[in-house]
Amino acid sequence: MHPAFSVVFFTTATGAGYGLLALLGMFGGFRIIPPDFWLGLIGMGLALGLIAAGLLSSTGHLGRPERAWRAFSQWRSSWLSREGVASVITFIPAGLFGIGWIFFGKTDGWVGIAGSLAAIGAVVTVCTTGMIYASLKPIAQWHSRYTLPAYLIFSAMTGSVLLNALLQGFALGSKVQLAACLLLTLIGWSWKLATWRYNDRLEIATTANTATGLAGGTVRSLEWPHTEENYLLKEMGFRIARKHSARLRQITQLLAFALPVLLLAIVFALPWPLAALLSVLAAVIQFAGMLVERWLFFAEAKHTVSLYYGR
Amino acid sequence: MTCLPTQSGKKLGLVIDLDTCVGCQACVTACKEWNTGGHMAPLTDIDPYGGHVDGVWFNRVHAYEHTTEMGGRTVNFPRSCLHCETPACVTVCPTGASYKRASDGIVLIDEDKCIGCKLCSWACPYGAREFDTDVGVMKKCTLCVDRIYNDNLAEEDRVPACVAACPTSARHFGDLGDPLSAVSQLVAERGGVDLMPELGYRPTNKYLPPRAHTARAASVAAPALESVRAEGGFLGWVDRMLSN
Repeated sequence: MHPAFSVVFFTTATGAGYGLLALLGMFGGFRIIPPDFWLGLIGMGLALGLIAAGLLSSTGHLGRPERAWRAFSQWRSSWLSREGVASVITFIPAGLFGIGWIFFGKTDGWVGIAGSLAAIGAVVTVCTTGMIYASLKPIAQWHSRYTLPAYLIFSAMTGSVLLNALLQGFALGSKVQLAACLLLTLIGWSWKLATWRYNDRLEIATTANTATGLAGGTVRSLEWPHTEENYLLKEMGFRIARKHSARLRQITQLLAFALPVLLLAIVFALPWPLAALLSVLAAVIQFAGMLVERWLFFAEAKHTVSLYYGR
Repeated sequence: MTCLPTQSGKKLGLVIDLDTCVGCQACVTACKEWNTGGHMAPLTDIDPYGGHVDGVWFNRVHAYEHTTEMGGRTVNFPRSCLHCETPACVTVCPTGASYKRASDGIVLIDEDKCIGCKLCSWACPYGAREFDTDVGVMKKCTLCVDRIYNDNLAEEDRVPACVAACPTSARHFGDLGDPLSAVSQLVAERGGVDLMPELGYRPTNKYLPPRAHTARAASVAAPALESVRAEGGFLGWVDRMLSN
């Protein structure tokens, strides 16, 4: 599948944004982190900023973005429509939570309830994003039991590493919080390795034989219907060389998981300004790594239409 | 709504005979010609006389080499929308632009509602939908909905353009929901198959596999040349010289 940058950035940014929003909503609402003005402004600004930037980026992928409002109508059948509805509804409690925290300086009472609702909305929205991909039968690498948990795990992972950077910046970091970040990054790493292992061993039932209805023997593409690339080949026939795929998997592991783990482990032993600096660095490096991971998620996914082209 | 409608039982579709298709591309050009002025018009061509030709087609004919223990053969393979009974391209549509008609099962796109998100083309395993970069919306085969019910055409012309154009009658149009229709009987008689049945899209269109090789055909497994007996005289001398 063609890795369109607008969609790669969209899923990575909203994943991190919703992860951070859910954690702020929960920890803020239950007074685990204090209702500090600057913490609220920067934290909620970052979470909602990432979400808004991601959603705006996704409209860049549309052929007719001015009609995007129509996408809220088919929530009964379409995961994409459900994602649109869930993302917009989540803005309501998230906005109330942000207003309560920043302008009224409180995160308990109605503000706390709004925070919890925002957290639920964030989780639901990430689930709908994951289901868009997991529900597509023609793409075996996506239509697997690994896809939906991956979206949830990576959202929690990037969100928690962002929250850690934020709290360390305000000298509010804690060992428990740091340990949770480390654990989530290790879970994310394991899940990615397990997914790659599953995809590499995948035996896809759909073949050139079933695609053409020609039973038995071998079916070899002799001649394409056209001499130039067409929409199908550009959008769904994207191929990535095995050596690049292997190298990009190494880069993903290094940036998204290994370096953040190393940096966060060092943060345990560091005092305030240095701890904050390394925590921010870990979050930035991990975000870059997740962009590579999401690019590969598309590039390595094979659509059944490529069978018609002997690919 | 993009939820699938309760069907009336009528399932209009095509039956494509892979035994008689000669790969002449007449159906491809007839489709393009009719539909670039039809329901989903235009079928945009990008840079048609330049070096990077691109454009929207509803029907494309591939050629495959099918090799079995019985020998090999070339199979020409027209590929277009199969008007599935459970089309995921319809249910994934977030705007309601994609729909399946309850009355005859034809899958269509309302171009005025399409936002061009391309998700339907990802959901179609057959590559039946092509994005028009010029107009910014998705396009697909309409089963010539503007021909088959068109009272201005003579009755024999009320078939899809690809069916009307086929010189070998490899394409048949009819109601596959009616077991007594000519197309249903053809499918039963020739053992028509679904494409990618394992994905569960339940395509309406059926493909008739090429007929089996007959015993009358020369065996491709015959030895190429037989060895010659050693001879004397001039021919023996030639044989010895050539064998050196």
